[in-house]
Amino acid sequence: MTRLPEEEHPNKAFGWAARDSSGVLSPFNFSRRATGEKDVAFKVLYCGICHSDLHMVKNEWGSSVYPLVPGHEVVGEVTEVGNKVQNFKVGDRVGVGCMVGSCRSCDSCKDNLENYCPKMVLTYGAKNYDGTITYGGYSDTMVADEHFIVRIPDNLPLDAAAPLLCAGITVYSPLRYYGLDKPGLHIGVVGLGGLGHVAVKFAKAMGSKVTVISTSPNKKKEALENLGVDSFLVSRDQDQLQAANGTLDGIIDTVSAQHPVLPLLGLLKSHGKLVLVGAPEKPLELPAFPLLQGRKLVGGSMIGGMKETQEMIDFAAKHDVKPDIEVIAMDYVNTAMERLVKADVKYRFVIDIGKTLKTTW
Amino acid sequence: MSKSSEGEKQQKAFGWAATDESGTLSPFHFSRRENGDEDVTIKILYCGVCHSDLHSLTNEWGFTSYPVVPGHEIVGVATKVGKNVTKFKAGDRVGVGVMVGSCKTCECCQQDLENYCSQIIFTYNSHNPDGTKNYGGYSDMIVVDQRYVLRFPDNLPLDAGAPLLCAGITVYSPMKYYGMTEAGKHLGVAGLGGLGHVAVKIAKAFGLKVTVISSSPQKESEAINRLGADSFLASSDPAKMKSAIGSMDCIIDTVSAVHPLFPLLSLLKVNGKLVTLGLPNKPLELPVFPLVSGRKLVGGSDFGGMKETQEMLDFCAKHNIAADIELIRIDEINTAMERLARSDVRFRFVIDVANSLSQ
Repeated sequence: MTRLPEEEHPNKAFGWAARDSSGVLSPFNFSRRATGEKDVAFKVLYCGICHSDLHMVKNEWGSSVYPLVPGHEVVGEVTEVGNKVQNFKVGDRVGVGCMVGSCRSCDSCKDNLENYCPKMVLTYGAKNYDGTITYGGYSDTMVADEHFIVRIPDNLPLDAAAPLLCAGITVYSPLRYYGLDKPGLHIGVVGLGGLGHVAVKFAKAMGSKVTVISTSPNKKKEALENLGVDSFLVSRDQDQLQAANGTLDGIIDTVSAQHPVLPLLGLLKSHGKLVLVGAPEKPLELPAFPLLQGRKLVGGSMIGGMKETQEMIDFAAKHDVKPDIEVIAMDYVNTAMERLVKADVKYRFVIDIGKTLKTTW
Repeated sequence: MSKSSEGEKQQKAFGWAATDESGTLSPFHFSRRENGDEDVTIKILYCGVCHSDLHSLTNEWGFTSYPVVPGHEIVGVATKVGKNVTKFKAGDRVGVGVMVGSCKTCECCQQDLENYCSQIIFTYNSHNPDGTKNYGGYSDMIVVDQRYVLRFPDNLPLDAGAPLLCAGITVYSPMKYYGMTEAGKHLGVAGLGGLGHVAVKIAKAFGLKVTVISSSPQKESEAINRLGADSFLASSDPAKMKSAIGSMDCIIDTVSAVHPLFPLLSLLKVNGKLVTLGLPNKPLELPVFPLVSGRKLVGGSDFGGMKETQEMLDFCAKHNIAADIELIRIDEINTAMERLARSDVRFRFVIDVANSLSQ
């Protein structure tokens, strides 16, 4: 017999959930587990809106279970810690990203790559080890095992820090793994949205020259003047792309819609790397000649492990990498989702949970 | 590339060429440059038959310039060396592979990666800066700049060693580049033909665990018993393929036709690498989710630089690695090409040029 969400766990919780694939969010009462001996519980202050939230509320990936409380860029202040928690105390500024559990014993987990663990538990919409469904950060509280909590340094504002927990790590990890983090490289970023603009900031902080490749010419001015981008290519302009052929050491491609790979391979120098962090539904066409003749590669990457996520947050604090956000009230969330569909945001919505999520009890 | 002056003298040469897209080869007289200061003139003894030769003969890639004399797995004896040539002397056993020229000044050339030079000159179906055309190893002799000539180790058989000059380096280079030289790592080899069978031998010499993945189940016994592979997966057997999911560090994909990548990507562990070496004339389909969810990559690799090719030959000599070949006469070449198109060869044809090419 399934229990009501409010009755599953001992601690009352409140958030906004989607009830069906219309994706419309509305107030929702549920519950969270009691703070276990290794758990950290925190009051949520802000939560970023990731494009994945949009895919999930509308069941675009076919895996959504309703009611669905999205949100995996969650930050706040610790309210309670279990008696075996070593690294956090009440009052600490913390965050939770895309995952809240993993097996902790496989090769990936042992290598600090919990994100690739086959039994990894997502922060929302996933079955946890106790059989209950996880609920995300569009809510008043969160509780997670200490291992999946990151500390937010004091000099990073909490609201701007939130998008780092998914967008940030998603672009930081491949810059490191694929060796695209050395000073003096020339990095391309495809797509100037939540992920793309953070990729630009990290790449600049790592000492690279950055070129943005985008379908939106109207983003050019902002990119050059405010983001510090070195050059901007409109991807539908073949002449612009050709002129830049063979100039890039690596490309972080944040676009999840179908798009051609051949022009991007052309932009790479020999030994260049095209890294995909968006996942288009259908396969991409991969022409063999350009791949072979320059010993180029196409690789993927998905968020990052906990150790690297903390490292990324600390790097962002040290180098003043702060996502550009639009802070919104909870009840604006459905409008925000509609605007997100049209990519009408510079460059990430962040919900001011602390001040605008009003509980109904 | 030796300086060529206008009106440079040419010398007579003879080989077999295709003159149209039928790809049928027949006797052909042509000319090569005279031996320059940097050049080595080579009497050709053997030439391997690479699948690229077949792609070129029938203009599958759309850029064949007829008449074409293929052949880039060339082994022979130096007969003459230019006055600036220090590495070779007449009488030396030598080889020539996939390229005969590059700019020599770009970053790639300076890093011993001449094979990635944007001004690369291929051994055949290419043109020199002075406009003259290059013809490959299905011929009696060739003149090559010393930089692009390999020293052929004494204990490597000339005939069975010829395929190393393309097939050998093509599989050796990515094994090194992608770190697959550490004993104990698990390498998959997709396709058991000219490249694939040499990949198995080289991989075993590196101490790797090797699994062959093939669409021809009848090759299993050879793969395991003769070539020394540790296991064999028939790609048409879903249960077998499923049992090997997430088991390999790297896969060397030698298949020359368009084929699905998804099943191969599934065989890789997290952080696994799929290296694609074939050059089909249509694009491959790349499913993105497996790459993203497992941090996997698909990379290309194109034979190797001259330094690495020499290193590979010396490695093979040390480990007694040569290709399994079927020696043919030049007048059997057209039949051989038909059989190659059907993958009916164990595992490389080599033309006995010296003993069968006569005018």
